[in-house]
Amino acid sequence: MINLNYIYSEIFLAIAIMTLLIIGVFKKNSSNLVYNLSIISLLISLALILSFPINESINLFNDSYRIDYLSTFMKIITISSCTFVMLSSNKYIQIISINKIEYPILVLSSMLGMIVMISSNDLILFYIGLELQSLALYVLASFNRDHLPSSESGLKYFVLSALSSGLLLYGCSLIYGFSGSTNFFIIRDSLTQDSYGLTFGIVFILVGLAFKISAVPFHMWAPDVYEGSPTSVTTFFAILPKIAALTVFIRFLYVPFLNLIEQWQIIIIFLSIASMLFGAIAAIGQKKLKRLIAYSSIGHMGYALAGLATGTNAGIQSSISYITIYLFMNLGFFSCMFMLRREDKYFEDIDDLSGLSKNHPLLAFSFLIILFSLAGIPPLAGFFAKFYIFSAVIEQSMYFLAVVGLLSTVIAAFYYLRLIKIIYFDSSKEKYEINHNLGLKLSLLVSSLFILLYFIYPSWLSQIVENINII
Amino acid sequence: MNFPILSSLILFPILGALFIFFSKSKSNQNLTTKYLALFVSSANFILSIYLWYSFDPLISEFQFLEDRSWIKGFVNYKVGVDGISILFIVLTAFITPLCVISVNNTIKNRLKDFLVAILVMESLMIGVFCSLDLVVFYLFFEGGLIPMFLIIGIWGGERRVYSAFKFFLFTLLGSVLMLVAIISIYWMTGTTDVTYLYSIGIDPKYQNLLWLAFFSSFAVKTPMWPFHTWLPDAHVEAPTAGSVLLAAILLKMAGYGFIRFSVGLFPLASEYFVPLIYILSLVAIIYTSLVALMQEDMKKLIAYSSVAHMGFVTLGIFTFTQQGIEGSIFQMISHGLVSAALFLSVGVLYDRAHSRLIKDYGGMVSIMPKYAIVLMVFTLGAVGLPGTSGFVGEFLILMAAFKKNFLVATIASIGVILCAAYMLWLYKRVIFGVLLKTELKTLTDINKTEIFILTSLVLPIVVFGFYPEPILNTTEVSIRNFIEAYNININLMVNK
Repeated sequence: MINLNYIYSEIFLAIAIMTLLIIGVFKKNSSNLVYNLSIISLLISLALILSFPINESINLFNDSYRIDYLSTFMKIITISSCTFVMLSSNKYIQIISINKIEYPILVLSSMLGMIVMISSNDLILFYIGLELQSLALYVLASFNRDHLPSSESGLKYFVLSALSSGLLLYGCSLIYGFSGSTNFFIIRDSLTQDSYGLTFGIVFILVGLAFKISAVPFHMWAPDVYEGSPTSVTTFFAILPKIAALTVFIRFLYVPFLNLIEQWQIIIIFLSIASMLFGAIAAIGQKKLKRLIAYSSIGHMGYALAGLATGTNAGIQSSISYITIYLFMNLGFFSCMFMLRREDKYFEDIDDLSGLSKNHPLLAFSFLIILFSLAGIPPLAGFFAKFYIFSAVIEQSMYFLAVVGLLSTVIAAFYYLRLIKIIYFDSSKEKYEINHNLGLKLSLLVSSLFILLYFIYPSWLSQIVENINII
Repeated sequence: MNFPILSSLILFPILGALFIFFSKSKSNQNLTTKYLALFVSSANFILSIYLWYSFDPLISEFQFLEDRSWIKGFVNYKVGVDGISILFIVLTAFITPLCVISVNNTIKNRLKDFLVAILVMESLMIGVFCSLDLVVFYLFFEGGLIPMFLIIGIWGGERRVYSAFKFFLFTLLGSVLMLVAIISIYWMTGTTDVTYLYSIGIDPKYQNLLWLAFFSSFAVKTPMWPFHTWLPDAHVEAPTAGSVLLAAILLKMAGYGFIRFSVGLFPLASEYFVPLIYILSLVAIIYTSLVALMQEDMKKLIAYSSVAHMGFVTLGIFTFTQQGIEGSIFQMISHGLVSAALFLSVGVLYDRAHSRLIKDYGGMVSIMPKYAIVLMVFTLGAVGLPGTSGFVGEFLILMAAFKKNFLVATIASIGVILCAAYMLWLYKRVIFGVLLKTELKTLTDINKTEIFILTSLVLPIVVFGFYPEPILNTTEVSIRNFIEAYNININLMVNK
């Protein structure tokens, strides 16, 4: 008998999606209702996860679905950040009139796909989750269909993503062919050192996954898609798929293929260094906030990958801490962006920030700490994120990676400083509106306080993350 | 556990800053805000005096220790002071209220933000001087970049953005390498606790590399030649209060770091790199003195003189003798007072005539006699005339240097003469001569507030010049112990 307790949240989400779809279709003008109900269903599924705490890892459906500390933690942070994203972008989607019933439903489906990805312990299941997540995201990217860049970004994302999914599937089939199974445990047990086919398979899958987290050199889609999509969807893009894809990265590399670490370690190191450097350098010349944050997120993924390259539990834990802190910083950054509104128009250029500190000191201060935190300056949370990563990296004596990573933080600091310069040093423009809805204020407050006060008790996150032992 | 006096010193200004930040800002309330900031910083000064008073100079161990678990199993929040660090804390707490008073004339807009930045800065700098854990030290050391970046960038002059960026990126670049070194030390020894590291020592194989990593950070912050180029830019563009903080305290963090970390943790490497330090110090002393001679901007001149004075400090530290290190600490304290005083004096002129160029002045003695007197004291203090605090430090350093290396000491002595040349020439051009410019005639002499600020700096400069005992007594035992430990370490490792 399969113990279904632990997948109640997935089941509930699936049912909620269908119910909400029915409500949306049969009840006229129900977009607000559906939106609010979907936030509530996210909260309920979060509560369902929290109400069945696990003591040990559990495998379901012939070992293809795994519930352990890693998946539970990642599910909790994805679902809660999704809730915050939806809370903060409520007003935005009304104003640019994309508040159709499909919007929250697509978000929820993508969410469901991600949860499946996070827990998957099998190549097929992982692929199903990935596709569910991606298909919803293609539509979301082009959701503002009257706006040309939005349609363009959706199409671009679709074409490139389909290509990478193809590569990924090819990798899956290679691995299946050489190991005889799609299940991670069986692959691990049947592993022999000298099968090149498996190595090829790993490389193809890594390409597909690197595409999803937009690591260099598979990052080309990110800036365009970030810029073209509605900002609410960009927020989503910048945070959630990365958490899910990083989890799969961890599980895929460390469960079946840990013994082949010599084969993939160098690839991860390359991806990491390339992303850190490219993200830092390419962001310097940007004029749009969303493009800038796209490059910045490329760089941040480089740091998260640096933790993965170590091949140790400490490395995985540091990556997870990194992505958690990264999530708060990005949430805060986008919440700030949602506040740049004047007469029902949103401002997305870097120059629009000019002199923000004179008219909106609190908003400017939030920007300040978020940007310094993204740059990794102590005592803000971003510093600790980098600190964990580099202490894991240096533990393995990978000094080259550490030094390159830290030098690229100096380069990256330049463009964050540029934003701060514009906010604080330049002359001010017109005021922005200040009547924001509660959800937006709440998500900005939560993320800013988290970043600012993290240093008081940094152990809490490491204590949670300590339980995650994959190896 | 006793009253956590060091943590209170760190926390109190931050709390004050928070209170000021969230208080409602109206233009007519500026005065209240200022008094609040003044109250907070003065209270902190009194607390620091109490700390100095209750400090026992005869014990060489760290006192007022606080040790709390912070990042579990990794880093402890550990603070404490000994004779080496306590004076810097007192200096910081002394300079900050003066900065707060001086903002009266210099800061026109966004006074509230400025006061917040200064108070946060004070907290972080006190934190630097009393942290006894490498990670905690790094946290305070780097955190100081944020308020300083804002101080230079928001309230600076024309090229403020350029100099703020230069300041930030230079120091960050130096510091990230130090972070790599700190983490490496953790993985080598299993701790980042400085006192524990002192007792177990660090593997001589890695000392040189680690020393270089720390050096890259401290050399930028000191600043040593050739990493000093950010300093003149940052100084010229910073507002008076910012310059004062920068010169008086920020530069001392690196000198302190050299003593506590470079020499303390890596004795063998320090011995090994002595020639490098000597050469860079000498170049700094001679070259920047020559550069200072040619300056037309008063603030730039003082900034270059700071580089030269810090050259003496590094020279003194790396003699590894009682006099050398004592002299370096004395020189840092004295330079903190003198350079703060000089920047404030330039600020006085700048507020009135809005120019920092030397050629715009001349003959000020006839219209600002009181100003001429105090500036005389500061100039002589910078020159190192016997009877001012500048003399004691330079004398001790040179004495130690003569013991170690005659040639180095001789060249350094030339620096003293050069210093006298540019300072006295500056004084002559600004104060003496004929009053040519008619618009200068309308200038008023220093007012009561300025007299208060400047006299409170004249007093310690003169008092410590004639009676250096309080400072030397405080540092003596700690330094003797420090050097003993250093020599034991060297002998141990050489014998191995």
